Amino acid sequence: MVFAQHEFTPADIEAGRQLYTNTCLRCHGPDGDLIKDADIGHGKFRRGSTDDDLVRVIRNGIEGTPMTSSNITEPNALIIVAYLRSMATAAGTIASGDAARGKTIFEGKGTCTSCHRVLGSGSRIGPDLSQIGGARRVVELQRSLVDPDAEIVPANRMLKLVTRDGATVTGRLLNQDAFTLQLLDSKEQLRSFSKSNLREFSFVANSAMPSYKDKLSSQELADLVSYLASLKGF
Amino acid sequence: MIFSHASVLTRQPVHGARSIKRALFLIVLVAASLQAQVSSDRLLKSNQEPQNWLTYSGHYNAQRYSTLNQITPENVKNLEQQWIFQARSLEKFEATPLVVDGIMYTVQAPNDVVALDAATGRIFWTYSWTPEAASRPCCGRVNRGVAVLGDTLFMATIDARLIAIDAKNGRPLWNIQIAAPEKGYAMTLAPLVMKDKVIVGTAGGEYGIRGFIAAYDVKTGKEAWKFYTIPGPGEPGHETWPANSNAWEHGGASVWVTGSYDPALNLTYWGIGNPGPDWNGDPRPGDNLYSCSVVALDVDTGKLKWYYQFSPHDEFDYDATQVPVLADIQWQGSPRKVMLWANRNGFFYVLDRATGQFLLGKPFVEVNWASGFDAKGRPQRVPGMTPNNQGTLILPGNQGGTNWYNPSYSPRTGLFYIPTWANYSSLYVKQEQEFVEGRTYGGGGPRNTVPPGVRTTVNNFAKEDEWYGAIRALDPHTGEMKWQFKMTDVTDAGILTTGSNLLFSGGREGYFYALDARDGKLLWKANVGGRVISGPMTFSLNGRQYVAVAAGNSLFTFALKQ
Repeated sequence: MVFAQHEFTPADIEAGRQLYTNTCLRCHGPDGDLIKDADIGHGKFRRGSTDDDLVRVIRNGIEGTPMTSSNITEPNALIIVAYLRSMATAAGTIASGDAARGKTIFEGKGTCTSCHRVLGSGSRIGPDLSQIGGARRVVELQRSLVDPDAEIVPANRMLKLVTRDGATVTGRLLNQDAFTLQLLDSKEQLRSFSKSNLREFSFVANSAMPSYKDKLSSQELADLVSYLASLKGF
Repeated sequence: MIFSHASVLTRQPVHGARSIKRALFLIVLVAASLQAQVSSDRLLKSNQEPQNWLTYSGHYNAQRYSTLNQITPENVKNLEQQWIFQARSLEKFEATPLVVDGIMYTVQAPNDVVALDAATGRIFWTYSWTPEAASRPCCGRVNRGVAVLGDTLFMATIDARLIAIDAKNGRPLWNIQIAAPEKGYAMTLAPLVMKDKVIVGTAGGEYGIRGFIAAYDVKTGKEAWKFYTIPGPGEPGHETWPANSNAWEHGGASVWVTGSYDPALNLTYWGIGNPGPDWNGDPRPGDNLYSCSVVALDVDTGKLKWYYQFSPHDEFDYDATQVPVLADIQWQGSPRKVMLWANRNGFFYVLDRATGQFLLGKPFVEVNWASGFDAKGRPQRVPGMTPNNQGTLILPGNQGGTNWYNPSYSPRTGLFYIPTWANYSSLYVKQEQEFVEGRTYGGGGPRNTVPPGVRTTVNNFAKEDEWYGAIRALDPHTGEMKWQFKMTDVTDAGILTTGSNLLFSGGREGYFYALDARDGKLLWKANVGGRVISGPMTFSLNGRQYVAVAAGNSLFTFALKQ
């Protein structure tokens, strides 16, 4: 932050997160620490450190490295910088855990598979976590475990509806238009409804996931986070 | 067909006035069946032959209102699909077809003209033009349709050519280059034919072009006149560009949607696009005429009769590239020739189309960049509402409260109908940018205020109060909204209204639907499986009314079950 020359708004940071996810995450990882000696998620840059330096690197690339020049505009490069600055600030300290022990907790004490699926095993009701370690930062994984309501990704919101004949259905909204909606219900059935046949429908305000803050010890949480962070897909 | 009518004629005894009238009627029918040439007179009176659709907007007044009334609110539920034309193109299908005496002419994007049997969808011929690789339209290799006069069709191309084509066999008659595609000039609009001239304008407002509207002789393609949408040195309006600067030479002000025409006033009206650079007004202090304006031009000379600027010194990409809709209505107790205009900038306008006088301006969506108008109709900017380095939240957002999507005015209901983006905003960011010929010249850009992916083919992200699409019906006398039909997703679809109080439109959700034009009640819908990014139209053939609309990559036609 010492070198920052711009004031960034929360909207900048959110927009920057989306751009980072789309353009940077594949190489740098969700925590920005996958490139040796370039832990950009923690403010460790090899080529310059001012906002303008970083914008230049993002746009022009670094010769002789896989970081090629891009067609990212200057304002967009700047909001990626906004996100990198916020990452460094929010990185915090995460206890180190054991992924193997975390896997045991995931499948046992944590009963995570009753909602989540990993590499073909577990329920489909909640988000599939097979690649979650490649998509979310460690701090985000930890936050989701202890405070599931803090951030609910729009695509993962649960919808509750009541049909005209009084039946209640809860599920994950997959699609909708002015006349219909499609969801995966709590029995893992793909279902489509005509809105004219519904008495009401609305998003469930809170996450369906319980908080593990008091259910697991801090070491168990660290193990579970380590396991989730290790999930990078097939 | 020709023979059957002829034989009917020969069998009819001609006795008395009634028989003569009937014989004349049959002669008209025969003439129609013979596919008579589309004369200037027929274009002037196209609203008297609603079985055809002879110009981009159906008639010179651009109301997109047809008197056809076989399909009614009561029987519209019996519409069924008649045929589909699947384009060999994955570009957006934005063209409104013409129908001339049973033959439909449309454009398969980018620049193939197709002649179809309007009853069966069978292809008579296709004329393919391969645009130069240098062409670079900003927002899709699209085309919005053709114009016709006599036996000649006219197509404007994305490599800035105007091509005349024989309507009978699809052979090119002449082909002229009207601007340089490598400099960013392109044409995506349907031309408009008036008298002996075919008129077009150039897109390229994101490339720092100098826009113009030009008229060409229909027989030869020779230029008759050219009106630059940015006045040159010594011309009135040039002072609205900075002195001692060449900003005016690459100030944009493009034209990419077809105009309209009032034959009695001999004026043609065209909407002009944004100034460049789009989002950074610093290099171009001043009002930047005639960007974001409507201009009224003398058809014979191209001379400016009047103009009205909707968005002086625009910084929000608020192109005034909407179709000018002409209506004759009672205005405060007196008949008045007006122009109805729902602008991308979020305001609905009523102008006197003889003089350009501002009569009414009222928001039809949420607006925060202007608070109202002075007595002359100049918008009053809200201080601080301008793009900056951090991003300023502006309503409406970059796509506007509406855009080029065809509105409709029904003289039957007296309502004006607008494809609307409601509650929609963008964060506007400004950046410095040098002008380089042929390269984009935006000076910043808009950012979405809702997460990406919210508006995709899979729509599971939308929150209840975020942007939504709607058809909004306004009373043009007051600008008051009478009703709205809400969609979950936003809409790029045009609107058609008919003599039986029907309104046809669609949206991004892939539906084509009919509403009651009086109250917005949904009467019928069909899933067409792709976004509707075009204006629906209607025609009649062999006593049967059809409705046609492009959606996804196909053109669909519907008629009542038989």
